[in-house]
Amino acid sequence: MSAAVSPAYLEVAGLKAAYGDIQVLHGIDFSVDEGQIAVILGANGARKTTTLRALCAMVTTEGSIRLGGEELAGQRTADIVRRGVAHVPQGRGTFPDLSVEENLMAGAYVRSDADVRADMEQWFETFPVLGERRTQAAGSLSGGEQQMLAIARALMLRPSLLLLDEPSLGLAPMITRSLFEQLTAINAAAGTTMLVVEQNASLALGVADVAYVLEAGEVALSGPASELAADDNVRRAYLGY
Amino acid sequence: MVVLASVLGVFDITLDKLSNGELWLAQFFRGLSDGATYASVALALVMIYKSTGFINFAQGSLALLGVYLAYIFSVEQGLPVAVAVVCAMAASSVVAMFVERVFIRPFPPDHVLPLVIVTLGLLLIIDSAVGIVWGFRTRSLPSMFPSGAPIEWGIAQLTWRTIGNLGTVFAVVGLLYLLLSRTKVGLAFRAVSSNLESARLVGIRVGPTLGFGWALAAAIGTLGGALVVPDLLLEPSIMLRVLIFSLAAAALGGLDSLVGAVIGGLVVGLARNLLVTFLDLSELALATAVAVILVVLLVRPTGLFGSTRVERV
Repeated sequence: MSAAVSPAYLEVAGLKAAYGDIQVLHGIDFSVDEGQIAVILGANGARKTTTLRALCAMVTTEGSIRLGGEELAGQRTADIVRRGVAHVPQGRGTFPDLSVEENLMAGAYVRSDADVRADMEQWFETFPVLGERRTQAAGSLSGGEQQMLAIARALMLRPSLLLLDEPSLGLAPMITRSLFEQLTAINAAAGTTMLVVEQNASLALGVADVAYVLEAGEVALSGPASELAADDNVRRAYLGY
Repeated sequence: MVVLASVLGVFDITLDKLSNGELWLAQFFRGLSDGATYASVALALVMIYKSTGFINFAQGSLALLGVYLAYIFSVEQGLPVAVAVVCAMAASSVVAMFVERVFIRPFPPDHVLPLVIVTLGLLLIIDSAVGIVWGFRTRSLPSMFPSGAPIEWGIAQLTWRTIGNLGTVFAVVGLLYLLLSRTKVGLAFRAVSSNLESARLVGIRVGPTLGFGWALAAAIGTLGGALVVPDLLLEPSIMLRVLIFSLAAAALGGLDSLVGAVIGGLVVGLARNLLVTFLDLSELALATAVAVILVVLLVRPTGLFGSTRVERV
């Protein structure tokens, strides 16, 4: 492999994170190529969410995070967003007091181009239920609708890297499946690089190109998603299905 | 009948007073005028509440500072009062941004209790500092509006000042509404108060956004103070009293509603004037305001126009 010669789009090296004095991420390395979907798997407490939060400077970190060759470590969240990193946090990624439309406008907060309205209409076509509720307060939507809104809000940034923290959390299996279909379609159409944290290992490995398995704040296993999915030992030991 | 008469006697209510239409009308106009001044300070409280989720007690003190500056600019430097007030609004905004940057920003914006205590501390410090610098003697600040009354009906006068106070407060509420609902910075304000983490994740710079909110609220507070003070006398504790009436107005209106703050202010202003006149309760005027706050919190915590936070999971 020539990974060391031509660096990947997202290159994370020696990433550590701490909550106060307690270090929870112990120097992990991973990389995602441009246009790929990568998935981070692992049990509860494996620090999957912390890893995503570290990429956006939502926790104190050490180590190197290079996006397209540019160092993100040490930058503030607001500046990392301006580099094109969109993050859908776990559970509550919307603005409950703002209308659906205003949520999407907020998602495009750092953009100043003229296509914001057109993008909004495009996501209303992709997620018709949001279009029907465009003037409603986001807090009045169902859990699944809010999750769609959170993702549409993130896409309004026209991100080059989309971070998704458990998009399937609390969704019915059918909605989860269609959501992942949408995500693959967006990845194929716009070439958006995605890094997904997911509990539903089989579904995530089905759409991902590469996978990393975290265990207690360290990368325990990594490889092409199809290989991990096919390895019975890996499945039994780490993925629990 | 005897009981009723004695109750009326205690409150010094005479049928003469109650049947005096002109007196009612006069107090109605005065109530509107006072109410507009409470409303304008209440708008400053609501602005900060909408973006931070807490009541900023330092708001009244920043307004106090602003009013003293308006006094300096107009009475001592000889600027026209309206110009002086605009300059004072700008100056108090700058001070507010400084205060926010130095005393507020070091604290995490989602931990409300330490912040409320810091604003209480700021209230005491700024009020005392104003007293030290300008002394405790009373001064009088002229009104921005001409004296006289275009409409008179016996003792009831609709004065230019009443009209000016009302016009100012409606203009302020209109501009604030446009700012919050039609501009990017308004969207940022509301996003920050709705979900701080997601606000960061869409690239909003939370600190400067809140700093701008402080500046705006200080300007509105100063304007409100400049409406109030001509009716009273300027001294370092003046805004504390106004703050209590304005808090009652904001609580009645629902804390996060601009229209609510205006209607709350007018209701409190009317109630105060009618109570003082017909029940002769001038000593209890402040207590009336506190009673309004208590009743609202007990009966309808979201106020008349406040939004109940709806959130499905």
